[in-house]
Amino acid sequence: MEKFEKHEGLVAPLDRSNVDTDAIIPKQFLKSIKRSGFGPNAFDEWRYLDHGEPGMDNSVRPRNPDFVLNQERYQGASILLVRVNFGCGSSREHAPWALQDCGFRALIGESFADIFFNNCYKNGVLPIVLPKAEIDALFGLTEYSPGFRLTIDLPAQLVVRPDGHKIPFQIDPFRKESLVNGWDEIGLTLRHAEKIREFEERRKREHAWLFA
Amino acid sequence: MTAAKTLYEKLWDAHVVHAEADGTALIYIDRHLVHEVTSPQAFEGLKLAGRKPWRPSSIVATADHNTPTQHWEAGITDAVSRQQVETLDANIREVGALAYFPFKDKHQGIVHVIGPEHGATLPGMTVVCGDSHTSTHGAFACLAHGIGTSEVEHVLATQCLVQAKSKTMLVRVDGKVGNGVTAKDIVLALIGRIGTAGGSGYAIEFGGSAIRALTMEGRMTVCNMAIEAGARVGFVAVDQTTIDYLQGRSFAPKGDQWESAVSYWRTLVSDRDAKFDQIVVLDAAAIEPQVTWGTSPEMVCGIHGSVPAPEDFADPVKREGVARALQYMGLSPRTAISQIKIDKVFIGSCTNSRIEDLRAAAQVVKGRSIASSVKLALVVPGSGLVKRQAEAEGLDRIFIAAGFDWRQPGCSMCLAMNDDRLEPGERCASTSNRNFEGRQGAGGRTHLVSPAMAAAAAIAGRFVDVREIN
Repeated sequence: MEKFEKHEGLVAPLDRSNVDTDAIIPKQFLKSIKRSGFGPNAFDEWRYLDHGEPGMDNSVRPRNPDFVLNQERYQGASILLVRVNFGCGSSREHAPWALQDCGFRALIGESFADIFFNNCYKNGVLPIVLPKAEIDALFGLTEYSPGFRLTIDLPAQLVVRPDGHKIPFQIDPFRKESLVNGWDEIGLTLRHAEKIREFEERRKREHAWLFA
Repeated sequence: MTAAKTLYEKLWDAHVVHAEADGTALIYIDRHLVHEVTSPQAFEGLKLAGRKPWRPSSIVATADHNTPTQHWEAGITDAVSRQQVETLDANIREVGALAYFPFKDKHQGIVHVIGPEHGATLPGMTVVCGDSHTSTHGAFACLAHGIGTSEVEHVLATQCLVQAKSKTMLVRVDGKVGNGVTAKDIVLALIGRIGTAGGSGYAIEFGGSAIRALTMEGRMTVCNMAIEAGARVGFVAVDQTTIDYLQGRSFAPKGDQWESAVSYWRTLVSDRDAKFDQIVVLDAAAIEPQVTWGTSPEMVCGIHGSVPAPEDFADPVKREGVARALQYMGLSPRTAISQIKIDKVFIGSCTNSRIEDLRAAAQVVKGRSIASSVKLALVVPGSGLVKRQAEAEGLDRIFIAAGFDWRQPGCSMCLAMNDDRLEPGERCASTSNRNFEGRQGAGGRTHLVSPAMAAAAAIAGRFVDVREIN
């Protein structure tokens, strides 16, 4: 997994609540057996005026000029500003894969749906929860200051605005360490292989019916 | 004396392999359900890392999301879908499983229907699947939740997951629901009350007399939609209903093992003095048949209600969300729900495709015909077993006589990965779980209801109170 320490980047706003994973990456693109290539179809139904299907040349499809992420000023953004319950619905990890493939390294919002939140960490995408007042201010700054950028300092757990205002955020210590070091979580778990085996043996003795 | 524990705490404690200082823990996984959409990248990752699956006998697999619901003799005509299903075939062939129900197998069906009906979901288990509706299995007092593909790989490789403990919420539904009010209406009413993020960060235990009175299938419907309330897990304590349901199922324990399992299962209840972080109480008698009007399951009201106006909401973000939803749904504020006309009907999905759901719908449909304005009404049984049971009871003939299509099992128009879908602008009465934009097909408009309410809408061509037509 790609390490995440300090990141500085352009911010794009998506001012909607309850953005679900069906909207982030529609179902027709889930038929792929690969992990990559979902970026051009992120937010497909909002981003394009026609209906997208796998295999289309997305570069020639008509773009929806009203969709905020299509605006010239947000091209190259790597931080997505969102609202409440972002990533609700389906557990599809294709959602963070698509966002990452679009160039997003961090998401900042009021709240995230649990499974999506978890899936982000597995892919080196950092979801940051901030209080509503800070989010409101960031939406304002993003809209009224063209080229608005933020710095995210994960070791210090800070979002830093260009005016120097520092916003602290919370993160589980284990998740933080995994991201900062780019650890392979399966490898970490397998360090406990002996313990897993012992647990399993005990469980077999106590509840043999679980292993029938 | 030990401290009183909630059921969640009992299930959690029973599965901790290793606890970290920060409160996260390595949790052992008993049952791993696998389907074609979220597993190929996990199997590939495992192979690329040179790792072996830890315990293949924990796996129960099926193909359900991509599979067609008609013309099975022609196979899967969409090449991309076919490749995904064939990839699952190859992966399971290589790795092995406790059970695999491939496309066209007589036991094939929706992963959350087949697990319980074969007794592969048992009380006290941790159950995971790369599918958010894994919460369904909580009906059996399981700790069951959806995971992403990276975690599917993690479970394949280690039989464990790194988890943080959730907060606990008790949703107590007191009293008795009225006639015609179902498990679906209970859970939709709950989501309307606490919102789609209301359960975020919580594990929800459903209790109270109205939950105790539900059958196992009804409890599965309620737990299935815990995720729509924001909670990854929802569950119900074990009682006699749980035990009676499991007895004799193919993977359920037998003989002495059965006795020993049952005595353990009876401990899977929250202790009387256990403390929950939050308690929500619903009055069952006040719940009406529910119909969603927007693009989030929390946008819901009773059949005698009407569509709200954006200005009813004080929060500007919410107001904007409602305005956008009404525009997408093609609805004007103050429209009575009973005036909303529909184009299609879908009875199916992991929420409502079990035999009792089909019986409830058939009871409404019997001797009647679908409205001429309804272009398509689909019944998609949850599994091959459900389908054959329904056919043995003559339900298929009731549906077909009324003008419904009787299809092969699968996820179908719940998420429209196969050919069953809404066209842009079409409006559907659906027994599924999500009314998101484009969920049932790009531009499609979904109204979530119970099977009986979907059947009644098919007959009337608009939403009606099922209690008034029966």
